Amino acid sequence: MNVVLSFSLNGEPTRLEAPPAERLTKLLRERLGKTGTKVGCDAGDCGACTVLIDGEPVCACMVASAQVEGRAVTTIEGLAANGALSRLQQSMLHHGAAQCGICTPGIIVSAAALLEKTPKPSEEDVKDALGGVLCRCTGYRKIISAVMEASDFSTTPLRSNSGAAVGARLNRVDGEAKVRGTEIFGADTGLEESLLIRVIRSPHHRAAFTLGDLESYAASHPGVEAVLTAEDVPGRNLFGVIPPFADQPVFAEGETRFRGEAVAAVVGTPAAIEALDLLDFPIEWQVLPHSLTPDEALETSAPQLHKNRPGNRMASGQVRCGDIDSGFGEAAAMVEGSFSTGYIEHAYIEPEAGIARRIDDRLEIEVCTQAPYMNRDEIAAILNIAPEQVRVIPTAVGGGFGSKLDLSTHPFLAIAAWRLGRPVRIVYTRSESMASTTKRHPSQITAKIAATRDGKLCAMKFDGIFNTGAYASWGPTVANRVPVHASGPYRIPNYEAVAQGIHTNGPVSGAFRGFGVPQSAVAQESLFDELADELAIDRLEFRIINALENGVPTVTGQVFEQGCGAKKCLEALRSRWRNARDKAAAFNADPKNAGRKRGVGLSGLWYGCGNTSLPNPSTIQVGLKADGRLVLFNGAVDIGQGANTVIAQICADAVGLPVEAMDFVNDDTDLTSDAGKTSASRQTFISGKAAFLAGENLREKLLRFANVSSDARLWLDGDHLVADDDDGSHRIALSGLESDGEGFVAMGEGTFDPPTSPLDENGQGEPYAAYGYGAQMMELEVDEALGTVKLIKLTAVHDVGRAINPTLIEGQIEGGSAQGIGLALMEEFIPGRSENLHDYLIPTIGDIPQIESVVLEEPDPHGPYGAKGLGEHVLVATAPAILNAIRDATGASIRNLPATPDKVHAALRAREKKQVSNGSG
Amino acid sequence: MGEFSRPTQLEEALQCMKQGSWRILAGGTDFYPAQGDRPISESLLDLTAIPELRGITRENSGWRIGGLTTWTDVIEARLPAAFDGLKAAAREVGSIQIQNCGTLAGNICNASPAADGVPPLLTLNAEVELASPNGTRRLSLADFITGVRKTACRPDELVSALLIPEVLPESRSSFLKLGARRYLVISIAMVAVMITPDAQGKIAEARVSVGSCSPVAQRLKGLEESLIGRAAKSGLSEAVTSGHVAGLAPINDTRGTADYRTDIAAELVRRALELAVASIGEAGSA
Repeated sequence: MNVVLSFSLNGEPTRLEAPPAERLTKLLRERLGKTGTKVGCDAGDCGACTVLIDGEPVCACMVASAQVEGRAVTTIEGLAANGALSRLQQSMLHHGAAQCGICTPGIIVSAAALLEKTPKPSEEDVKDALGGVLCRCTGYRKIISAVMEASDFSTTPLRSNSGAAVGARLNRVDGEAKVRGTEIFGADTGLEESLLIRVIRSPHHRAAFTLGDLESYAASHPGVEAVLTAEDVPGRNLFGVIPPFADQPVFAEGETRFRGEAVAAVVGTPAAIEALDLLDFPIEWQVLPHSLTPDEALETSAPQLHKNRPGNRMASGQVRCGDIDSGFGEAAAMVEGSFSTGYIEHAYIEPEAGIARRIDDRLEIEVCTQAPYMNRDEIAAILNIAPEQVRVIPTAVGGGFGSKLDLSTHPFLAIAAWRLGRPVRIVYTRSESMASTTKRHPSQITAKIAATRDGKLCAMKFDGIFNTGAYASWGPTVANRVPVHASGPYRIPNYEAVAQGIHTNGPVSGAFRGFGVPQSAVAQESLFDELADELAIDRLEFRIINALENGVPTVTGQVFEQGCGAKKCLEALRSRWRNARDKAAAFNADPKNAGRKRGVGLSGLWYGCGNTSLPNPSTIQVGLKADGRLVLFNGAVDIGQGANTVIAQICADAVGLPVEAMDFVNDDTDLTSDAGKTSASRQTFISGKAAFLAGENLREKLLRFANVSSDARLWLDGDHLVADDDDGSHRIALSGLESDGEGFVAMGEGTFDPPTSPLDENGQGEPYAAYGYGAQMMELEVDEALGTVKLIKLTAVHDVGRAINPTLIEGQIEGGSAQGIGLALMEEFIPGRSENLHDYLIPTIGDIPQIESVVLEEPDPHGPYGAKGLGEHVLVATAPAILNAIRDATGASIRNLPATPDKVHAALRAREKKQVSNGSG
Repeated sequence: MGEFSRPTQLEEALQCMKQGSWRILAGGTDFYPAQGDRPISESLLDLTAIPELRGITRENSGWRIGGLTTWTDVIEARLPAAFDGLKAAAREVGSIQIQNCGTLAGNICNASPAADGVPPLLTLNAEVELASPNGTRRLSLADFITGVRKTACRPDELVSALLIPEVLPESRSSFLKLGARRYLVISIAMVAVMITPDAQGKIAEARVSVGSCSPVAQRLKGLEESLIGRAAKSGLSEAVTSGHVAGLAPINDTRGTADYRTDIAAELVRRALELAVASIGEAGSA
């Protein structure tokens, strides 16, 4: 039943027929093509779909289409008057306030409504106006600045001169599409021509199932073209990011191992599929016993998830050095403790989505992904075709943080398109995304750390149990990475760390910004504070005494002769730490602040860039065309962190020509070489280095054309290359040079695989060519009666080797810290209970304190211009710094995250009881 | 789906309700999230085109908050200080996006234990006006919400208004909500207070309600009585004892433990009382 609707859309009179109760998001996106309005949750929890109705922001996902009759609707597409970016949009771009860009339309539309009424808003005004829009990338600080400065924003974008891009605050090369809302994400493409897929999933943690009569189900639902099950998988009904551990079926066979596991998919016309109530799907479930925690899964009676992994033990990793017993024998002080963290959801605002089509004997798939080449190979195995027959074209990625490395929608798209020979499309719902995709590993960690009287660490023992869920995913990586990192960036001569991954019937734990290291840092950095206190040594000085520096071996025996900034990061906090502690003490001494306690907490961090002791190459190409344009072929997927821009800056300087002369061919397995996956903080370090080498390679050729020396300055003048050196200016008509079929007169290529060595049975070796280092300090206030924590200021010191683009660096620091804040204070995914964004809480714009970024540059000998990775590093230190600050403020230790108000309150009560009992005896 | 009707007059809506069964649609902020990706099978009666249902009006014996009145309408309305608590609650509802669509009537019909509007409306002694093809009736808010997501609203009725009895210019009110984050948060606990001082600055009437700590938000009658006659000024919170919140029945859930809720309910009550009396004596604030 349709009605005729008349309303104004972005100032244009609009009239169309539509179902009256259809969500306005669907009307705008699918009937009117305004895909700038994004759908993140369909429940008013994220604000990505914010539009203005008569000037007031509303969530279009909760507006019935009929309700816009006679009213004026404004979407992101209506904000760039006559095509020119508004001041707000320019300001957002300039400040780097859009990272992945999925929340950006909702942010900009909401901010536009604020600025209409309040042209010069205060920070509080901005927070109140944007409190309803979640952003998972930026940490909001740059958004706040961009909106506050929008009304009189005017600046021309910074341009990079030849050879001066590295270190410049260039706007993101892909930023304009993000602030316009024209960026194409997984759900924004193929809307008109595709069949739609919906997946049938297990509602139980573990269950056997029997499928009913699928043929008659399909026959009784006109428009349903196919029902796909395990029988329809052309190749291997199995996938997994680490080939020897591949264990997850596309469609479960006989039994499901976690809630949200796929058993079937229904494919049909959008109208037919949207009319389905999936609860009517013919399937019978028989609930089976399950285990959700490692403790349960390690019981002898526990269900065994995988035959080849007895005892539900998936994998383990260890690092041992020195002699742990004699190390503890030297101790003047020793502390120990047990810590736990829960499942953490990535909560990117873009649920997984994409399209696929079969073209003769090839499959083309456009999806949001962090790992196009890995996806390609996995899809090929599922379809039983050669990898070259699969083309993966990543869409823009609306946040990834590790989860979009794994296959999600891909197998369903691939199988449906392959079988039906028609284009197909899928868009996960928010709850489907949260139930079915990977999570951060829950952890149970026990650690014991000792030091001598002079404050030198003498021994550490670490045992980590990681809940890897139903399937392996990146569990082995976590098990390997954690023991290497559990020492923190410190010299510990006698060390033993073991991490085990245990299968349960929980969601699949995979990669999430830090691969287990944020969890281990919580234990190690919390205990460091207790140890320093035992020794009566200042907590910062204790860390500095033990910090790694050049020439000092890590726990795997690796010695860096250059580029180790761990100690310098901590030292950079010295005066800030003293001032912050003094301020907190003064606050706490003032009787009018009774009941509120301020504290300051520290944490160091380190994080190895790239795969752990495994090959990890990237290849980048750059060419110069006869028309005077550079083309960068870059397969390093930008998931919002800025790889497209950073790699362009590095490559441009290596060539010696400006970024503005560059066009881009990005991530397409048919067009770009393998630049690895966007994970392990490797794109700046590894793909950046490949881009540097590609640029150098092209530069050599260009210098040869001009027959000039290597220090010649190059520039482009239309279709002429000009080279200036001591002999004068040399002008070369590019059109006069021989070019290839695509118009390139020269092409440069670079490949880089960071030098690492395998770890031996004791975990000794060189797992990473480089680590990045940092230290963070959090100042906060605890309300002792309520147990609430108010963050005041984060100071984040990071050694990035070389800041290729300081704006993007700050964006990573602020955004990563925001995720650390979530980990510390509010986030815990509970299967079956928090599969939405109102029960699963991530920080809003009101939860992020002022963040001061302090960037140190200790050049790495391998990295491009000395640069190291940063993306994951940031998150590692934030949660421990918060926990240490809570303890500093109140004396209460929180060891089981998240530190929600009730847990802080309970810890404060426990502390009081302890004080009473101490006092009485 | 079923039918969709969007009448422009209340009478038309009520006529509509004579035939068949209808689900009422107003702000949509509960309906659409609950719908998820399932097709809509019910018939919807969309009230949002009925202007007479929207807005806050002065009546002979109090105030009328129309059934379509949004949280933003409350925030923007000029109202006596007795409504400050309700306004504060309105600002704490979800986000501006939700405040612009969500209605007070919808909030009470959804009958969540954590409904932000209920504690302040209880302190305003709100009544619910229910309209049906057979006429209207009035229920106190306490009688209207009968349990977790349960109300006394019959299938042929809709909430046409919330009625607030006369408030006194000297009354002061406050609202506090505690959640695990700022914005877009469901409360762990919340408290609304209204204090009416007499000419000598003693409390003539006190109303205190607590939400999210029992199946339905409730007034703390024992505390209210014990406050009468006390000085309406700073220090009032000393009168609050743990016994005053003993009648609450909080649950353990992902947002907080029952013990925690009990503990902080008393603390929030103390703070809300102090907040309410802090503005007493401020000249002309009514």
